[in-house]
Amino acid sequence: MTAAPRIVEVRKNILKQNDELARALRTRFEEAGVFVANLVSSPGSGKTAFLESTLTRMRPDFRVAALVGDLATENDARRLARSQAPVRQIITGTICHLDAAMIEKNLDGWNLSELDFLFIENVGNLVCPSSYDLGESLRVVLMSVTEGEDKPLKYPTIVNSADVAVITKTDLAGAVEFDWPAASKNLQAVRPGIEILRVSAKTGCGMDAWIQFLTSQREVRRVADPAAAR
Amino acid sequence: MHELSIAMSILDMAEEESGRRSAAVDAIHVKLGALSGVAKDALLSAYDLARTATNLEAAELVIEEVPVLIFCPRCQAPRGIPSIQQLTCAECDTPSAEILQGRELQVVALELRS
Repeated sequence: MTAAPRIVEVRKNILKQNDELARALRTRFEEAGVFVANLVSSPGSGKTAFLESTLTRMRPDFRVAALVGDLATENDARRLARSQAPVRQIITGTICHLDAAMIEKNLDGWNLSELDFLFIENVGNLVCPSSYDLGESLRVVLMSVTEGEDKPLKYPTIVNSADVAVITKTDLAGAVEFDWPAASKNLQAVRPGIEILRVSAKTGCGMDAWIQFLTSQREVRRVADPAAAR
Repeated sequence: MHELSIAMSILDMAEEESGRRSAAVDAIHVKLGALSGVAKDALLSAYDLARTATNLEAAELVIEEVPVLIFCPRCQAPRGIPSIQQLTCAECDTPSAEILQGRELQVVALELRS
C-alpha cells in the first residue's frame, strides 16, 4: 500500500544562522557607533593598496581598524599594518568568503566603542561573498580599470548587492583605454542609482572624495539613529 | 564555490525537521532566486555529494527558480526584468533598484514518507 506523500511547510532561509548573527553584529556596531565597510572585489583589483591608503589617510582624524580575509597568507595584514592602524587577518583556509561568525570571532578583545570606522576586506571573489551579510553598514564593490568595463555584467549579483562602486587603478585607465561611459552604464544597468567613485591608491587621486563619502555616510547614520551618535 | 556549505545547511534543516516528526524525507523543496548568488547546477552537484554522508541519502532536492521582480516607479506595479544584467522594467524600460523578489534562498517544504 502506498500512501500519498505528506508535505510539510518549512519556509526557512537557508542562511538563517548567518543572517541572525549578522543582524546581532549590526546592532552591536550601531550601539558602539562604529561604521563598518565590507570591501568586495575580484582578486587583484587593488583592495589592499586601496585599504592601506584609506587607513593611512584617515588615521590622523579617525579611529580606524581593519579585518582582512584571505585564503592562506598573512601578507595583506602585514602590508596594512604599515598604516599603524589595528589590523587582524582572518585566514579562511578553503572557504571562499567571510561569514558573520568569522567576523564575530575576530572582534574578540577589540573595544568597538573606541573605533569610528572598521573596514572588512573580504576574500577576493566576486561570487560567494554576495550571499553573506557581515552586519556591515556599507558594502563597497571594487573594480579596477584593468579588469575591463564589462565586469559588472559578468558578476551582476554582487554588484547588485553593493551600496557603492569604487573604480580603482585609475592611473592606468589611459594605458588600457578604459571606456568610462561603458563602465558607468554597466554598473547602472545592474544596480540602478549606484554611486560610482574613481580612485588611484598610487597617485592618491580620488582618495579625498572617497573619505569624504565615507564620513558623510557615517553622519547620515548618526542622524538617522541618534542612539549611535556619541 | 559556496554551494557545498549551502547544500549542507539545507540538509541540516531537513534533518532537524524530519527528526522532530520522526519521518523519512522523500524530497526537499527549495526556492532559489535569480539574484541569490547560488547557481542551480552547482547546488545540485554539491547536494548529491553532501547527502551521501547523511541519513537523507534518499531525499531528492527539488529547486524552484524564482525570477526577479522589481517595482516599476513608472508603471507603479511589480514587473519582470529583461535579464539580471539589466534591472529595468520589462514593459517600459524604467530602471528600478527596488527588488520585490529574486533574492530567495529558502527551504520551503519537505515531502515526508507517511
